[in-house]
Amino acid sequence: MRELKILAVVVFFTLVTYWGVEPFAHSQMHPHVDAPDYTFNDVDGLNGTTGDAQNGANLVAMNCTACHSIQAAGFPKVMDDASSAAAYGVVPPDLSTSGLLYDENFLAAFIKDPVKATKTSHAFVDGKVHPMPAYGWMQPQEIADIVAYLKSIAPEKLTNKEVFQDACQRCHGIKYGDYRFDGTVSSMAALTPVENITSYMGKTPPDLSQYIRSRGDQWLHEFINDPQKHLEGTAMPRVGLTKAAEQQVVAYMTEVGDSSKDERAALGPKFLGYLVIFAIFAWLWKAKIWREVH
Amino acid sequence: MAKVEESLFSVEGLDKRLAIKKFNKVMMTEYWIPKDINFLWALGVVLATTFAILVVSGIFLLMYYKPDTNLAFDSVNYTIMQEVAYGWLFRHMHGVAASVVFLIIYIHMFTGIYYGSYKKGREMIWISGMLLFVTFSAEGFSGYMLPWGQMSYWAAAVITNLFAGGSLEAWGLVEWIRGGFAVNDATLTRFFMLHVFLLPLAVIGIIVLHFYTLRVPHVNNQESGDIDYDAEAEKYLAGNKKESKVIPFWPVFLSKDFAVLSIFLIFYFYLVFFHYNFAMDPVNFDPANAMVTPAHIYPEWYFLWSYETLRGPFFDMLGMKAGDIGLIVFAFAQVAFLIIPFIDKDPDILPAHKRPRFMIWFWIMIIDLIVLTVYGKLPPTGANAWVGFFATLVFLLLFISMPFITKADAKARGAL
Repeated sequence: MRELKILAVVVFFTLVTYWGVEPFAHSQMHPHVDAPDYTFNDVDGLNGTTGDAQNGANLVAMNCTACHSIQAAGFPKVMDDASSAAAYGVVPPDLSTSGLLYDENFLAAFIKDPVKATKTSHAFVDGKVHPMPAYGWMQPQEIADIVAYLKSIAPEKLTNKEVFQDACQRCHGIKYGDYRFDGTVSSMAALTPVENITSYMGKTPPDLSQYIRSRGDQWLHEFINDPQKHLEGTAMPRVGLTKAAEQQVVAYMTEVGDSSKDERAALGPKFLGYLVIFAIFAWLWKAKIWREVH
Repeated sequence: MAKVEESLFSVEGLDKRLAIKKFNKVMMTEYWIPKDINFLWALGVVLATTFAILVVSGIFLLMYYKPDTNLAFDSVNYTIMQEVAYGWLFRHMHGVAASVVFLIIYIHMFTGIYYGSYKKGREMIWISGMLLFVTFSAEGFSGYMLPWGQMSYWAAAVITNLFAGGSLEAWGLVEWIRGGFAVNDATLTRFFMLHVFLLPLAVIGIIVLHFYTLRVPHVNNQESGDIDYDAEAEKYLAGNKKESKVIPFWPVFLSKDFAVLSIFLIFYFYLVFFHYNFAMDPVNFDPANAMVTPAHIYPEWYFLWSYETLRGPFFDMLGMKAGDIGLIVFAFAQVAFLIIPFIDKDPDILPAHKRPRFMIWFWIMIIDLIVLTVYGKLPPTGANAWVGFFATLVFLLLFISMPFITKADAKARGAL
């Protein structure tokens, strides 16, 4: 009995200390933010307009393909990554998968006004302009048509890695996805050369190899959905990923940055099971030995 | 030397050459431990086991770790964590054991303080134990630098910078410690040397010393009762095991140690697999970057209380700069517990529950250290700074008052 009381005191003070330096301290240092909003309620999106993909095809061919490639529809890259980065500041995305990756309302709002939709007006000041012009002058129906077209050409599904490549890799590398010990360029390096992206963003976007460990699952979802919530003033745009696409991005970051997660989860219970058996024998042996002296 | 005829490969032969039977008696079967003990007496063996886990997991990590600022981060987070079979397991075991070992050290240390096991014949046990604490701290600090993450870098920068405080700056100490004007490749490599060679060597040496210092005075017991070891041992050996107040180290004492150890290992491996973030700070999974200061810099949890005594005096007073006062208090905090045997003026060895004033002193100390620990992590702004200030003040007052409090207890008991 006395030993259990002593144990209770030790456990109590240990837990108080733990609570103080972990949950409590972190709640003080990292204020709570609202859960991600995948409906993008705040944007001026489709507003219920249904688009016509066929008309959208013509509009896209006339308005978009001067800068954007659409491999899926036979519009090849206009120039190589380095040249287009030099021309635009950042490599423009290929639009083949946009209809799958991005929320339709966000896409419509983005086409109308990229700076507003991405919440990056603070980054485009002093003569800096967003490389994509605003198409707010188009009729809402035309914008809906473009969105309908992008959705019509998008694949039904993509691998986690493909989602990451299309959604993130123009700015962010994730070198552990293809680690090169010999110093050659990794296929998972950022597509925009570092000097271009640094001058475009004002800061080099970080390599994301270990972000699943340094930021964690929940933070990543909250941040990707709306970067300003956790990091006010960041140049990182809100990109408008759908919930499914965002989950695939985080899943890929987990595969790369925490590749032993499944093995860890599988091995843990086995270790603990073995130790419970060890504990049973240890206590039985102790009881046997102490019976002689008590 | 008498000629030995027995074969080297027999118990008798070994005994003739090495006196293994005598050695076994002295160290195991006739090394007497009081019977009146609780599970806190098993923490020495728990600590020895945790140290063994650290050594073994450390050896595996050492096979792939690269102590170079360009390679260190990836060698840990890519090679060891993603590529090497079970590399992640060894790293998690190492990181979590490094943190848990301090929890057990603190419990072990305050067990000693509670039961008065540091005085009147047991001073050397206490002093060697505190030396172990200091070397373990250096070991923990140097190890934290090796993954070369943001917290590695900035904790190293902040802590080495302490040696530039006040007039120490004029001596060029901080540059000497870092091997440069800033934390750099030379700093990483020398801390690597300290972490994997010099400090473990010192730790092992002091562990041996710590065990040795226990052997002659024997460990204390729950009521701090004085035991006539010769008489009690005789009873035990004569077969009166139930009557005797002592038990042999092997197998009786160790059987209890292993039972306690088994529970500890379940707790430890639960943390290794399912709850490791407290020991492996997420911020340290960002690579070291001298150009970007993290929003919050804090040491590992086990250094927080002494770190807070550094930050506690946050304003100039008594004609001294806040930073200098903090540095002096911090320097005192490192050795404060070492002097306890000398400022405890009670001539008797008694547990705290038989020393009413000391009992209050003890629990205020525990609470104060927890307050210092928690506020050592929080940003030192507004009310937090004042809590840190007063907790530091209480910490100092506790040490100043200890001689008087222990003397008052002795007087009330009629011992003085």
